[in-house]
Amino acid sequence: MFERITEPRARDGRAPDVFRPGAWMPMRCHADEEEVDFAIVGTGAGGGTLAAKLAEAGFSVVAFDAGPFWRPLEDFASDENAQGDLYWTDERITGGADPIQLGSNNSGKGVGGSTVHYAMVALRFRPEWFKARSKLGYARDWPLSFDELEPYYEEAEESLKISGPVHYPWGRRRRRYPRRAHPMNASALVLARGAERIGIPWSPVPLATLSAPRGMAHPCVYRGFCIYGCSTNAKQSVLVTFIPRAIRAGAEIRDQAMVGRIEMGKNGRATGLLYHRCGVWHRQKARHVVVAGYSIETPRLLLNSACAQFPNGLANDNGLVGTHLMIHSGPGVWGEMDEEIRSYKAPPSLAVTEHWNYHDEGKDFHGGYAFMSGGPLPGGWAHTLIGARGLWGMALRQEMTRFNRMAGLRIVGETEPKPHNRVELADETDQYGLRIPRVTFSFSDNDRRLMEHSIGSMRAVLEAAGARNLWSDRDSSHLLGSCRMGDDPEDSVTNADGRTWTIPNLWVCDGSLFPTSGGVNPSLTIQALACRIGDRIAAMAKRGELGR
Amino acid sequence: MNGFKTPYPDYDVLEKWDTPSWNPQTRAVVRRRLDQVPERRFLTEQEWQLLEAVAARVMPQPDRADPVPIVPWIDDTLAANRGPGYRYADMPPMREAWRQGLAGIAGEARERHGRNFGELPAEVQDALLGAIQRGETDGRHWGDLPAARFFSELLLKQIVAIYYAHPAAWNEIGFGGPASPRGYVRLGFDERDPWEAGVPDV
Ligand SMILES: Cc1cc2nc3c(=O)[nH]c(=O)nc-3n(C[C@H](O)[C@H](O)[C@H](O)COP(=O)(O)OP(=O)(O)OC[C@H]3O[C@@H](n4cnc5c(N)ncnc54)[C@H](O)[C@@H]3O)c2cc1C
Ligand code: SF4
Repeated sequence: MFERITEPRARDGRAPDVFRPGAWMPMRCHADEEEVDFAIVGTGAGGGTLAAKLAEAGFSVVAFDAGPFWRPLEDFASDENAQGDLYWTDERITGGADPIQLGSNNSGKGVGGSTVHYAMVALRFRPEWFKARSKLGYARDWPLSFDELEPYYEEAEESLKISGPVHYPWGRRRRRYPRRAHPMNASALVLARGAERIGIPWSPVPLATLSAPRGMAHPCVYRGFCIYGCSTNAKQSVLVTFIPRAIRAGAEIRDQAMVGRIEMGKNGRATGLLYHRCGVWHRQKARHVVVAGYSIETPRLLLNSACAQFPNGLANDNGLVGTHLMIHSGPGVWGEMDEEIRSYKAPPSLAVTEHWNYHDEGKDFHGGYAFMSGGPLPGGWAHTLIGARGLWGMALRQEMTRFNRMAGLRIVGETEPKPHNRVELADETDQYGLRIPRVTFSFSDNDRRLMEHSIGSMRAVLEAAGARNLWSDRDSSHLLGSCRMGDDPEDSVTNADGRTWTIPNLWVCDGSLFPTSGGVNPSLTIQALACRIGDRIAAMAKRGELGR
Repeated sequence: MNGFKTPYPDYDVLEKWDTPSWNPQTRAVVRRRLDQVPERRFLTEQEWQLLEAVAARVMPQPDRADPVPIVPWIDDTLAANRGPGYRYADMPPMREAWRQGLAGIAGEARERHGRNFGELPAEVQDALLGAIQRGETDGRHWGDLPAARFFSELLLKQIVAIYYAHPAAWNEIGFGGPASPRGYVRLGFDERDPWEAGVPDV
């Protein structure tokens, strides 16, 4: 973006039409004093998807986002450095033995949330992961099964018109993906070649970017700037899918609206929330509040909403809010090819192997990992060279000239849920006067064994593909957990519907619900959960169970 | 060591300026980067000079009469206090970290060599920066700032992010540059579109 967008765009009965430059779509608006059925905090994978589901079920909905309502066709530049406003850059403190790099790496800000700059990889969890403790003997079970989520995976995939292969080699048999797979770039062909030579399966990645036109959106043009925002709308982010759906169904989206506090009534129910927009605090009344700010902002808001009745924060009687935060570990292996690769073209991850998600033999660790081909742009690649090899000076400049010959693989690796990996409040406050989050993370021994194992696997594949001078780096991606769902009120923050155990009209619907992390990218699972939660809420309302 | 060679000597990404590879918002962003290099607003004159000398070693450009500007953009980030969205628990806030870090480099140079960093020969400067990168520093000059973390996480990262966002840097590594609305068609091994850098000299 050329100029920073500071004023709200969605107001006065209209919202930006993301598909037409300068155009608007009508939007139903609510007054602050009007008690709406649902106030949703966050419009990303969880909140934006749920807003559409609830509005379509006939509820009145206002969904808040702290960031702008983007117009991708006009706002998004093809540039690594000019897209910084896509990220959550409010101050956060990161510590522990393995501090997590936040910001661009895992935290979006704006309507559509992190899906605006995500990499579109759309994978389902391995079915057994929902019962990891009972079926695989580690971590814990989810309060729902794959069978219960399967129809919602299908719904999410259909809603995003996922492009994927005719036969995906892992997981339960499934219907064909809605759209055909994208062509492989050279970086993906390296993975394919290496995997075939060492005898493990690989597949084109099912991706949430169009391989055929959809309405006003054109197919992907393989420009490769996906993690800096898609300026063509091929990417099926929440911003261009569920958000227009939600608005058409009557939901209101309030952009540039930072929610600072959930307000409680004397009867132990939430009454609405306080939000900051255009320099002033407003109060929105609501019958239900859903928190969907992702794994750091969700617990932060619950903790910052502490009051006389709930001195430890909301839904936190058992002290679990903010705990069991997970990431995906992401070591990578890189090497130089004889061929030119030019991995800046096309979405970064076009080929995957989930072999070590599904094949447990010979593992000296619990859990799994997938790995995919990579496609960094120059700035990102230079950061990898600094981080992994400490290069600078002429050595770095010269090494960078091999950019077009480099090929690499990176895992999405499971990490264990641990109580000491967590989000707490620091004493420092932000620009709104709200206490900022302090995030603590350390890998476990099991996490480290998994990473070591994966480096061996990636090396084997890259070597077989013909890469030379291999080296590895450390990285991470995705946040998961911190307000986990469960069967037992003593041992979780919400039930399987995202409903908090202690406050019956307070819900969570985002990546913080995950009890375990699995070895695949999370957003399809978040969106499947949101679709299910939407249906569950509608069903409960019909049976008169929401008031309780 | 100072001889730099690019495999793409004839490639100029700016030749695509008026083609469908560059949309108006990208042109606006890159034009500002090329034409509107900001004035000093945050750093002191001395800090600025020191950082110029450091940046010249981290990203040496002896081959250019007109080097890619780096320090003005770091100053710009600091003036706007535009952080990356996180700060390590053992680091002070970004602006203080830069002030302390630059003071650390200056102090280290005077302590070890009795001169300003900018007056030292290039090899000595490089050796000093290498020591800082490895954390071999004298705590007295750094306050509570972890020197190695400052060097890798703030100094190096910022300098290279700025350098590799410049068209001159895209040229020397053969990067396609901006690509919207037109992206790419030929994606496979050794395949390139006519609007990409040509066959490299190796
Ligand atoms: C670079 C990158 C690549 C990724 N690639 C993939 C991928 O390929 N596949 C995949 O499955 N996943 C990917 N992810 C992860 C995926 O984007 C996230 O897991 C997912 O978007 C999280 O969904 P969420 O609803 O929990 O939060 P988000 O989508 O992050 O949405 C949270 C929203 O809440 C808003 N918010 C937070 N607090 C407040 C508040 N107090 N008031 C108002 N608004 C608030 C934020 O502004 C934000 O917009 C990627 C992420 C990144 C950053
Ligand atoms: S490669 Fe495709 S999805 Fe990615 S930014 Fe380009 S058009 Fe969008």
